[in-house]
Amino acid sequence: MAAVLPAPANSRQFLSGNEAVARAVWEAGCRVAAAYPGTPSTEMLEELSRFPDIYAEWSVNEKVSLEVAIGAAYAGSRAFCAMKHVGLNVASDALMTLTLTGVIGGLVISVADDVGLSSSQNEQDSRYWGRFAHLPILEPADSQEAYEMAKIAFDLSEKFQCPVILRLTTRICHVKALVTVGSRSAHAAAGFKKEPARWVMTPAGAVRRIPLMFEREGRLRAEAEASPLNLVEEGSGRVGFVASGPAAMHVREAFPEAPLLKLGFSCPLPVEKIRAFAAKVDRLVVVEEVEPLIEMEIRANGIACFGKDILPRQGELAPNVLAPAIARLFGEPAPATATAAAALPADVFPRPPTMCVACPHLGVYYTLSQLKNVTIAGDIGCYTLGAGHPWNALDTTISMGASMGIAMGLDKGRGEADKDKRILAVIGDSTFMHMGMQGLLDIVYNKGNVTVLLLDNRAVGMTGGQNNPGNGRDLYGDPAPQVDFAKLVESLGVKPERIHVVDPYVLPVLFKTLREEIKIPEVSVIITDQPCVLVDDYKKQQPFEVIAEKCTGCGNCVEVGCPAIHVLRREKAIKPSGKEVELQFVQIETAACTGCGLCVQPCAPDAIVKVAPGAPVSILKRQ
Amino acid sequence: MEGKVTNILVVGIGGQGVMTATEILAEAAITLGHDAKKTEVAGMAQRGGVVSSHLRFGAKVLSPQITAGSADLLLAFEAAEALRWCHYLRPGGLVLMNTAKLVPPVVNIGLYDYPADPVAEILSRGYRVHAFDAMDIAMALGDVRLGNSVMLGAASGHLPFPAEVLLEAIVKRFAAKKPQLVELNRKAFAAGQAADARAAEIKEAA
Repeated sequence: MAAVLPAPANSRQFLSGNEAVARAVWEAGCRVAAAYPGTPSTEMLEELSRFPDIYAEWSVNEKVSLEVAIGAAYAGSRAFCAMKHVGLNVASDALMTLTLTGVIGGLVISVADDVGLSSSQNEQDSRYWGRFAHLPILEPADSQEAYEMAKIAFDLSEKFQCPVILRLTTRICHVKALVTVGSRSAHAAAGFKKEPARWVMTPAGAVRRIPLMFEREGRLRAEAEASPLNLVEEGSGRVGFVASGPAAMHVREAFPEAPLLKLGFSCPLPVEKIRAFAAKVDRLVVVEEVEPLIEMEIRANGIACFGKDILPRQGELAPNVLAPAIARLFGEPAPATATAAAALPADVFPRPPTMCVACPHLGVYYTLSQLKNVTIAGDIGCYTLGAGHPWNALDTTISMGASMGIAMGLDKGRGEADKDKRILAVIGDSTFMHMGMQGLLDIVYNKGNVTVLLLDNRAVGMTGGQNNPGNGRDLYGDPAPQVDFAKLVESLGVKPERIHVVDPYVLPVLFKTLREEIKIPEVSVIITDQPCVLVDDYKKQQPFEVIAEKCTGCGNCVEVGCPAIHVLRREKAIKPSGKEVELQFVQIETAACTGCGLCVQPCAPDAIVKVAPGAPVSILKRQ
Repeated sequence: MEGKVTNILVVGIGGQGVMTATEILAEAAITLGHDAKKTEVAGMAQRGGVVSSHLRFGAKVLSPQITAGSADLLLAFEAAEALRWCHYLRPGGLVLMNTAKLVPPVVNIGLYDYPADPVAEILSRGYRVHAFDAMDIAMALGDVRLGNSVMLGAASGHLPFPAEVLLEAIVKRFAAKKPQLVELNRKAFAAGQAADARAAEIKEAA
């Protein structure tokens, strides 16, 4: 990826929150930026890789990305790292001691909470980390504020010599809005100065830093009290609002005239500013996503307020949530727009995400769905979709890399009912490198009986096909050393004869290998080696089509789960055994098919054939 | 337009170009000096999921989200998605609907039914519908990907600014990236305008 010329200073750009933060990071003279991809934070680093004069990297996980940023900040460079909310859980070990050492160069941690769970395994409020680690938090409400606060965060970080958390949500990261951008000012690195009492956190060193952390927190609170980021917008009405982040915009939208204290610098909380504001309004309502952090602190300071007693504890606090809640507070009916029959959603089938046409995971899950008496620990990535239809071949998902430890626990903690169960774990290449390797080492070391499927598709698929150490390319698309997974797992102690590299499009080999390995009572690793269909490494082939006259409706191909296979007609039939079955007559959407050949293999009557070279392909039209 | 915010909801399925279409609408509004915000939740959308993209523009836009019951226009790239999202329209609001059906695996394998008559169901809720097969129109022009410009052409007669402004935004985008496709997209845009006009006439006659 070649660096492009950044948009000129003082121009107005239509930027997502992620793009706005990236622009600000570059303008702030940041020299080192690191992240692991994760929705909704991914685009911050992708965007930064297009700017000149800054080093950016995909780190192998969020903890490493934070540590890279810490090192750069110790050396006096301005440094940045971005992650999604669950990423900060991973990085928190470093964070909780970083707060004691502090930094020299400005360090900004941009954490994106997936409020509303657009693409995450949980919903959590990263603002807890500010309280937990005694660090300042800035909460922008749109792209312009994200841009401005990211720049302010670097100044704040250097003034107080501590990292600053920039808290975003999905509704900041992925909203585009107009931003007036500025110009870049370079910040040279001061250079690393040895100071063991500060940089080497032994108990003796740390114990002396703790009072300094609390003293800093006091100064930060005074800064927040005086900060123009905490702005009182005068108004009139029966309710005064305290709101932060995108919720502040929603409050303004739903209650244009109401008094509003908008908190941009929300931790440490400017309690006295809130107390003065509360004194001027009849009722105080705190609107924050997700947890009642501001609310609890306000109450603890003896200021009466409403909050999560009238507002939801999860999800976004959009105008359609706020208006009825305030109406209820006064015992009034909800606004008419929210109750009109026409405004209620129609009953339409769900359209969950699916695996792509020809995805190499299809072969894996088709095969897994054919295995009996297995428990399959899953992990985080596109292959989590294997839990869905038609495969139903994934039994757990909890956190990055967890398939390894969970499988180990399923093995060691077997109940009587699981006595004969085979335990499998399914994990992708990037997730394995992120946090799965340690779990595999644990299985090897403690002699677990787990068959591991390592799905190497040479990309971080779910977040858009980012590069990783497994595909030999870095964030910039430049060549990088490539991990050899077979050698890696062998060096972790898996026996060479228990390691197999298989093509997931060759079903008989995959099935045979799996069936043999699950019978062997020790750890095996089966590595699949075909690329994600969304990355350039994937090569399309001539599509397949169904010869309608030959299709017997057996439905075997449907079980593959490829979205290019469509059932056009269903018929009931009686088998010779007397059992009633439903026949499914299919057609392949030849314009979508890329010729992987998975559906050909289970087809009983050989009704699926290659489209003749040069013959037209068609989009399937439904009536 | 003073003080009034226009709400346009664009819906469809990952990969159909919903977000691009909304982006072009936003660019057109911005060139006219409007404030604008565009939002969507599409984290897993490239895996065939639902995409809904909200565009709000006017003198000053605060919340980026359109509240159900307040959209001025629903631009639906797929028939069932038009039905799924029509309650976002203000009462009597207009749906511009691609009648092409994209059937997901869950319907394919028989777990759910595709709605029998999405147009009738939307009409029964009191909304107006202009329905046409944008996919057929695009394919007749030689490329299914032109469906995006067909849909924008159809929308161009229902915006608070001249159609030319929207067309220029499309042209500008292609001129920068794929100049050879400018003419074809102009044609697709005009075909979308014609399809919308025809759909309106059919509705009048009915």
